[in-house]
Parts: sequence; C-alpha cells; structure tokens
Amino acid sequence: MESSIRDRCPYKIDIGAVYNVDPAKRTAYASSGSEKVFAPVERELVFDVDMTDYDDIRFCCTGADICLKCWPLMTIAIKVLDTALREDFGFEHILWVYSGRRGVHCWVCDVKARRLTNEQRAAVAEYFRVYKGNENNTKKVSLGGSAMHPSLLRAYVEVLRPFFEDQILSNQGLLQFEERYGKLLDMIQDDGIVAQAQDRWQSSRRSSETDVSVARWKQLKNLLESGKHKGSGLRRCVEEIIFSYTYPRVDFEVSKHMNHLLKAPFCVHPKTGRICVPIDAEECDRFDPTAVPTVADLIEELNKGEASLSNVAQNQKERDISKTSLMKSIELFRTQFLNPLLKSCKADVENSYTEKLHNTQTKLDW
Amino acid sequence: MDFRVASTRRLSSGGSDAHSRLSFYLTAPTLEVSLEEFEQYALDRLRVLKGLEEALSRGRRSEELEALVIDLWRKYMRTSNGSDLNKDIISHFVLRLVYCRSDELRKWFLSMESSLFRNRFHSEAPDDQKRFLEDNELPYKAISTSDFESIKDKLVQVARSLNQPSPNADSTFYKVPFEEVPELVAGRKVYIHKGQAYVPSTQLTFLVAGQFRSKLSKALVLTYRKWMSVISEEESDRLAPIVEALSSRYLGPDYSQGKIKSEVALQDMDDLAKTSFPLCMRHLFFKLREEHHLKHGGRQQLGLFLKGVGLKLEDALAFWRSEFGQKMGVERFDKEYAYNIRHNYGKEGKRTDYTPFSCNKIILSTPGVGDHHGCPYRHFSEENLRAALGSMHLGVRIVDEILEKVRNRHYQVACSLTFEATHGSQTIGINHPNQYFEQSRKILQPKVPQELANDNTETTTAS
Repeated sequence: MESSIRDRCPYKIDIGAVYNVDPAKRTAYASSGSEKVFAPVERELVFDVDMTDYDDIRFCCTGADICLKCWPLMTIAIKVLDTALREDFGFEHILWVYSGRRGVHCWVCDVKARRLTNEQRAAVAEYFRVYKGNENNTKKVSLGGSAMHPSLLRAYVEVLRPFFEDQILSNQGLLQFEERYGKLLDMIQDDGIVAQAQDRWQSSRRSSETDVSVARWKQLKNLLESGKHKGSGLRRCVEEIIFSYTYPRVDFEVSKHMNHLLKAPFCVHPKTGRICVPIDAEECDRFDPTAVPTVADLIEELNKGEASLSNVAQNQKERDISKTSLMKSIELFRTQFLNPLLKSCKADVENSYTEKLHNTQTKLDW
Repeated sequence: MDFRVASTRRLSSGGSDAHSRLSFYLTAPTLEVSLEEFEQYALDRLRVLKGLEEALSRGRRSEELEALVIDLWRKYMRTSNGSDLNKDIISHFVLRLVYCRSDELRKWFLSMESSLFRNRFHSEAPDDQKRFLEDNELPYKAISTSDFESIKDKLVQVARSLNQPSPNADSTFYKVPFEEVPELVAGRKVYIHKGQAYVPSTQLTFLVAGQFRSKLSKALVLTYRKWMSVISEEESDRLAPIVEALSSRYLGPDYSQGKIKSEVALQDMDDLAKTSFPLCMRHLFFKLREEHHLKHGGRQQLGLFLKGVGLKLEDALAFWRSEFGQKMGVERFDKEYAYNIRHNYGKEGKRTDYTPFSCNKIILSTPGVGDHHGCPYRHFSEENLRAALGSMHLGVRIVDEILEKVRNRHYQVACSLTFEATHGSQTIGINHPNQYFEQSRKILQPKVPQELANDNTETTTAS
C-alpha cells in the first residue's frame, strides 16, 4: 500500500468504514432483489471537536483562528472525553489527533468500538451532550436533579472547575466588559442577584486589570451561594455556568454515522499546511498548536537536517524521519497507540481461531 | 419451520402457570394447525398490530398504549379452550412468513412486534418478568451485595440526578454491556463503568425489549431467505396464496350493499358530497359534475362507493346518465356505460356484487393522466392538496398538521384529521371511504327513524 500511496501522491486521505462488499462494486448490490446490501461492517468510533462550536464563548479569536488563550478549551475536551471513554466505556485504544487548524479528532479503535451500530454511536455522542440549544435560548445547560451524574461530576471536579477558575476566566476576560459579563449574567434566573452584580461592576473602574474577572467571579459565587435557599433555579447555577463555558462540544453527526469520512492522522491540512500530529492525552496540557510543524518546515528539515544515529538498524526512511521534528510524533503514535493496538488485534484473531477450533471439536462428539 | 396440516389436535401446553406467558419466539413450534386456524390466528394478531399502529401514529403515550395493548390482546387473542399461548406463537410465526418478504414489510413487522412485546412485558408483574428472564436464560446478571455496596454512592448520584428515589439494599441492579441500553446511555440515565451499565430492575423492559428486537430482526432475514429458497416453491398451492393475501388484507366491514340500511336520495347527493364524502370521493364527484365524464378508475371508485352509501341501481343509472349524457348524449351512455354500472351492482355477467374499495386499495392504485381516482393524500401534490383542503374551509394550522402526516406517509391518519376538523369530533381510524361516510352521517344526522335504528343494532342485540 505504501508504494501505491507514493504513486498516487494524494492531496489528502480520508478514512471511512470497512464494508461487506468492495466499495467499487457496490452498485452491483444496489437492487433490492439481492440479499446482500452494501453496508458498513466496522468503523472506528470517532469524535470531532471544532473550535468554531465555541465561538459564542471565546473572545480572543474568531472563526478559523486559534491561539494559546482559547486552546485550553481543546485541552479540556481531550481530558474529559479521554477519561470518560476509558473509565465509563472501558475503551483502551484511543488516539487523539490535531486536526491541523482549529480542533482535535479522536479515534477509538477497540474492537468493541469498531462494531458499534449507528444507534449505539449516537448514544455515546449523546452521553457527552450537555450544551443544548441555539442562539434563541439564553440558558443552554440544564443540570436537573439534586445531584450530578457521576461522569459529569468527575469532569467538573477534575477538569472543568480548575480550568475555568485558573485559566479561562482570565484568558478570555469573561467578566471584564459588559458585553461579556452580560452573557454570563443572562444565565442566572434571579433578577435580584443579576441587578446587584451589574451595579457593582458597572461602577467599578477596575476593568483594565487582568485579574478583574477572577475577582468578580468570586463575588458572583458569593451572591449565588447566599441566594441558594431561594429555590432550585439557583441550586446548580455555578455549575451550569462553568459547564456552559467549558464542557466539550462534540460534533454529533460525525460520531453517529459509520459512513462519515474523517481525515487520516499525519495528513497535511490543506489550508494551514500543518501536519495532523497525534496528541498525547497524558501531556495534552503542554501541546502547542502553534508549534506544530508545517509541510514547509518538514521539507526544509529533510533538506538540511542531520539524521540521528541513535538507532543502529535504520533504513533510509527511518533516517529521514529522524531528521525532522515529526519523529517524536511518530514515536508517540507507534509506542502509545499502534503497538498496543496491533497486539490486541493479534490476540483477538488468535482467540477467535482457538474458539472456532474448539467449537468444531466439540461438534464432533456425539 | 414446520407447518403440518392435519386434524386439529393440539399439544397440551401442560403446566402453563409454570412458565411465562410471553415468548421470544425463538423456534417455531411443532404444533399441528388447520389451514383455517392458520389464517384466522394470523388475522387476529394482525388486528392487534394494526390497532397498535394506529395508536402509535397518533402519538399515544406509554400508559395509554399499554392499556390499549391489553385491551386489543384480550379482544382478539383469547381462545375458547385455554390455548392462548399456542395462538400467540402460531400467529406470530405465520405473520413472520407474511412480513419477511420485503424490507419495508420487515421494518413494519419488527417495529410493531417490538412495541407489542415491550408493552406486554412492561405490564407483567415483576415476578412474571423474572420468570421470563430465567426461562430465556438472559445474560443479565444481578449484581451481588458487595458489588452493590462498592458502587452504591454512584448509583445514588444517578438516581438523584434524575429526581428518582435512591436505591437501597432491596433494589436489584443488573450489570449489562452498555451497547444493550443505548437509550439509557444517551440520556445519562444510568451509571456506567468500564463498558458495563448498571441498570435497575425497573429499567428491565428496555433490556428485554432490546433483546427481542435484535433476535426478531435476525430471524426475519433468515425467514425471508428460507421462504425464497424453499418454502414458497413447496407451498405455492397451499400457504403461499394465504400469506401473500394477508399482507395487504383489509380488515374492516366491507360495506357491500346488504349491510347498509340507510337509503340515499339522488337530490341529496350534492349536499352529502359537500359534507360527508371523504376527500377522494368529493374530488371524483365534483370532477364528474364539472366535466361530465370520468375515466374507468374513477367510475369504479366512485360508483362502488355510492353503491355502498346506499344508492340504488336505478338511481345510480339515472345519476350517471344525467352527467355523461350532457357530454355524449344519452344513447351513447346507454350503449357503452350503462352495462358496466349494472355489472357493478351484480346484475350482469357473473353477477358478483362488487365491494366498494377500501382505503388500502385506493392508496395502492396508480392514477395516470386524466385520472382523478386514487387517494388525494397520496396522489396529489402538496399545493393541490392544500387547495383542496382549503376549499373545505380548513384553517391553516390544521392543514399544516395534515400535510405533516402526509409527508410521513400516514395518509389515512391525514384523512382522519380532516374528518375531525370538518366534523368537530374525534374518530377512530379511517380504513374505508364508506366508513368515513357512515361516521359522518352518524354525527350530522343523529336522529334516525326507528326502523333504521333497530336494523343498525341488529348485530349487537341478536346473540
């Protein structure tokens, strides 16, 4: 396959599902008279998190731009989803990939995941849907009940709250200006508290200080705390606000259908030239999207660079790779993801073989 | 699958209390059934399924559905000699043969049977439900007390997040792969850990219904293959005709002339058309008045309908003659068209008293250029349908609702909605244009002369 990819020199590779019939021959099976219908058999469970879905809550950039101030939203998404996929759903072979411009993709490659039906995929995606609504409603996160679902609680305590209070508040200056804090105050259903907050902040002259958002958030929390007894509308208000500004927003349609195509890892993003490199979920705090190599960088490195001679049995290809800044990514891909997956696939094949053997043997007894 | 025709010897269901009344229908029974029972049982079950379909397409809620299912089951599926379970199983398998033969039929059957099963299961007592699980060796493992303790706080959290009562030591939980309960996962209504969902026994219905559905889905495809490859050949004289007829069978009264006691006078026709005809017949009627002609399909559909309404042969001849005559002259009408009308009333040729077309038949017809028959809800464009409904003085909102039903291909429900809007009262599902007419007359003309009232109730009082 490597040689055929080199020959065709594709501009981009998108990966879809494995089908029961060679896709090139699918029209032969289209007539309703035949038993076999062209259908997908296996496909990884995938997620696509795109920064533009967060446009209503980020103020540092708009549209296709990203920077280190809004990137933490992606970090949050990776942490929350990765933990939930492993802990709640029991998946193990998960690959996170930078999408090349403004988001991240997640590939879940366990056998169980590959065999999920569309309905089951939709259920998993829906499990992660907390933010509901559009520009017509002001309150888009509704955490009913007297407690939170354990998955949401874990996300809140381990990721959402620390990130919100330590980074997002000040990065985005969420409470710095009236247009911004107005949005947040719209989520509070108590006019009295809203009025109090507005009075204090409108008259304050501290809007130029960078930690004004943090201070104001503290004030708001106090107000909400003291108002809790007034009714259930305020009970989860703090959590709901934090969820609105941080909880991952996954593209539902991408995950739901087995036949949706997704860009392969290590492709070049057509608009930015950046390589879609894997992201180490354990170290995702340190991932810098602005430092991802572009295809131009790679060409330069290949032409000028010096191969690392640390690995003795290297062929030309490996030496080339080691000249570039892509080497670490490839190492990561292999060790953390590919090798364990290959091992598990082999084990599966062996298991099903021995099972088949056992079944035929037992059948022979009578 | 083995259907043997013989005398009606029945296997005793022996100790029927020891086992659950419900079934996964995993294997066909080796019972012996007469051909009549074969067909009748299937028809009865079909009535239950169609009743359920009607309720579902009207958006009935779960409590109502459950009550309806119990009602329908009691009405149609009881036997006089205690072999309810046999009838249940036999009828299911017969319908499997009927509904395995195309993707659309399979989808319908799967959907209806799943809903039927879900409602029946849900209405069973918890002990019966447990018995069903045991009988069918379902892999839902109740968790041990120690397991329960270790995850108790998480289970409590989930319950509280749904404003439900917290589980205690008495509640049973089942450990189930999350793939089995997608709806619960999607709504975050269940605690999941390492791919296992911890489902309370109250949610058991979801689990079991899911199993039912997937088993039936696979079985239907297998049945189809077997039917195509083996059975339809072997049974082409015996079972195949019955099976093929069942899938399009109309199940209500047939409105052939004998049953209708009311008479209709010719001069009342226009009024009746405006107030009591369903849209298909209205259209035909007014087109006839307008163009003084109808093509064959239209003549059949309208002519037989009018016969069912109570129009006598002489009046029918007079009616058609007066219309057609205006375009082609009375002599030509008598020569070319009168014979057909008499034939419809069973006065010529083989003297069959043709029955008026049911909605099913009308919906399935294919009107061509110059035709006006068929079902307007199916065959009209949206614009034309809107205009037609508008001319019946229906408000925009109700018209939108009707069109929504049409888009989802619920033509008969759309017709029912029209009936309700024009008569201001509810109706049960419309399956036959004459049923529409009868219902309409009942509402608009409640005072019937005494003899007619007696005649109409003769079926219920005579036992």
